[in-house]
Amino acid sequence: MTTARTAAPGDAVRLSGLSKTYGSFTAVHPLDLAVPAGSFFALLGASGCGKTTTLRMIAGLEDPTAGSVALGGQDVTALPPYKRPVNTVFQNYALFPHLDIYENVAFGLRRRGIKSVKQQVGDMLDLVQLGGLARRKPHQLSGGQQQRVAVARALINKPEVLLLDEPLGALDLKLRRQMQLELKRIQTEVGITFIHVTHDQEEAMTMADTVAVMNAGRVEQLGAPADLYENPGSTFVANFLGTSNLIEAEVTGTSGGDVHLVAAGQRLTLPAARCAAEATAGGTVLAGVRPEKIALAHRDDEDAIPEGRNRVPGRIVDSSFIGVSTQYVIDSPVCPELEVFVPNVERDGRLVPGAPVVLHWNPAHTFGLDAAQDIDAGLDADAEEAAHLPAAPGRGGAGKDSAAKDGTAAEAAV
Amino acid sequence: MSAATAQAAGPPPARQAPGTVPAALRRAAGRRRLTPYLLLLAGAAWLLVFFVAPMVYQASTSVQTGSLDKGFRVTWHVATYWDALREYWPHFLRSLLYSGIATAACLAIGYPLAYMIAFRAGRWRNVVLVLVIAPFFTSFLIRTLAWETILADQGPVVSFLNRVHILDATSWLHITQGDRVLATPLAVVCGLTYNFLPFMILPLYTSLERIDGRLHEASGDLYATPFTTFRKVTFPLSLPGVVAGTLLTFIPASGDYINAELLGSTNQKMIGNVIQSQFLRVLDYPTAAALSFILMAAILAIVTVYIRRAGTEELV
Repeated sequence: MTTARTAAPGDAVRLSGLSKTYGSFTAVHPLDLAVPAGSFFALLGASGCGKTTTLRMIAGLEDPTAGSVALGGQDVTALPPYKRPVNTVFQNYALFPHLDIYENVAFGLRRRGIKSVKQQVGDMLDLVQLGGLARRKPHQLSGGQQQRVAVARALINKPEVLLLDEPLGALDLKLRRQMQLELKRIQTEVGITFIHVTHDQEEAMTMADTVAVMNAGRVEQLGAPADLYENPGSTFVANFLGTSNLIEAEVTGTSGGDVHLVAAGQRLTLPAARCAAEATAGGTVLAGVRPEKIALAHRDDEDAIPEGRNRVPGRIVDSSFIGVSTQYVIDSPVCPELEVFVPNVERDGRLVPGAPVVLHWNPAHTFGLDAAQDIDAGLDADAEEAAHLPAAPGRGGAGKDSAAKDGTAAEAAV
Repeated sequence: MSAATAQAAGPPPARQAPGTVPAALRRAAGRRRLTPYLLLLAGAAWLLVFFVAPMVYQASTSVQTGSLDKGFRVTWHVATYWDALREYWPHFLRSLLYSGIATAACLAIGYPLAYMIAFRAGRWRNVVLVLVIAPFFTSFLIRTLAWETILADQGPVVSFLNRVHILDATSWLHITQGDRVLATPLAVVCGLTYNFLPFMILPLYTSLERIDGRLHEASGDLYATPFTTFRKVTFPLSLPGVVAGTLLTFIPASGDYINAELLGSTNQKMIGNVIQSQFLRVLDYPTAAALSFILMAAILAIVTVYIRRAGTEELV
């Protein structure tokens, strides 16, 4: 620990120009990243985006092609895995099948020559609520229990950073939800920096303080979950993280912090502060709005819509009732497939497929993106995972959501 | 051998349909119940004719007395066992010693080789595996005779060993004699090691190949050096292969007589040679049969203790 400190003391991990190429394929483009100590950091992306390679380079299981890895201010790029103060929870747990749970958890301590491990192993098994199963073999445990053993086996070493490689991927949906909260609780309790790799955007938003969205070997955008959700910087992030309606619109001018747009004859307004692209009159931007921000009115009630809201006419193509909300697909002149999630508070019987409607929303909920990019980026990246979001519809703003989750985590920690 | 008989003897649990069932269903259930026995029939008949019957015959031979001219008769003369053991115990000891050393040598040579095939051979894996099995394409006898040529007194191997004074060291250890390798314990052990090496490599390879590579990563991630990873993860997980390989080497090697016959002198005779000559030259069938049973009992005892110690049932 005598090497010169190159990073700010507050950073648990600092990656500088870290890259990895396999032959002519670049898995990770030169990457600069700082993860603050004590944070829960998620690397989110579709399979093959380089997130696992990045994690493995931090663990030392993969040699970087260029760049450096610093842990707690110390450059560890040249160190083998067993000399790095990090531990990993592997995707399929990789528990030692010939050792019982107790010995699996004690493995790291014993390797460092610690003789009396009983107390620590006991405490750690209690933390993950597996106290009674110490003498079982891994194959006698359920998937969720094995997952907790893997976490305990890594955490007991009090690493500077805990790396989690898709740790919940093998679990079913219900168990995954439960483990998400449990991992968050454990992280709050032990205060160790977690770096979590996942392709599940909901998982990343539920658990992490900071999410880095990766695409094709690059970090596309980095920020707090609510911030990423509300202000996506690219079409990939807008589409990959939840669902977005993107409308191609022409800029007609700006006034008083607002950008005025016109799309298929419809005038729209967008706060200049939320426009990631340069808005000059005559240029094009993509105006985005989340499905749950849009309200739906029958064409007959158009006059009742307050002034100053963005409005778009259309026709209902499809509707599906899913309990807490109804999801509509709207065909409109500005976009052939607009998605709208309407909470089921008062249901309007006239809103059936074929009905003429008007969509309206607060202009402040509109974000602007550069029109020079692929409007469908991130849509088919992981069609299956993207399908998770409609299962939890009508999230009334991710800000409220994550606030609620922080509350849960804090309660669990007490 | 004992495992084979146990398999044949243990009848599979028959499922009985309770209560009243239609006749057709009952017939079908009856057929299903009979199927396992029908499938066992061929194997059971084979074992009965070629294993159980000869064993019973040899057991009776071992307690007979008489001579080739007057004929042998069962007289329950158990003393044959004691006499055989008293006279030939050095051969037993030598057999177990030679095959034990050969087994250890096979393990020492075979483990690194199996490890490389399983983890490092990449696309050469199948080629190397074929090379391991390749010696089986020629007969056991021919291969052993080839070793006679390799270790010949004027051959390049012996003259090289002589020149670098290795033979001085081995002579001092009494495993070679003068500047000869042939007709010494070293030659017999070399032959045994060579002939049974594939039986060690193959089970080792199968058990190593099954080990999940991520366990090595996990071990390294948990502060184990590569050597500790081998000691604490790889080797324990390959133990079933070690046990299978050592048994497949030790058991046939301890009963072998061809290596001692072709590569050794009268001073290296193993128990297999004694049994062979008692049966075919001296024509003392009771002693030969008694020696065979003593060898079987000794191997069975050693194997039982060994498996208990290795604790294979824990590792599956």
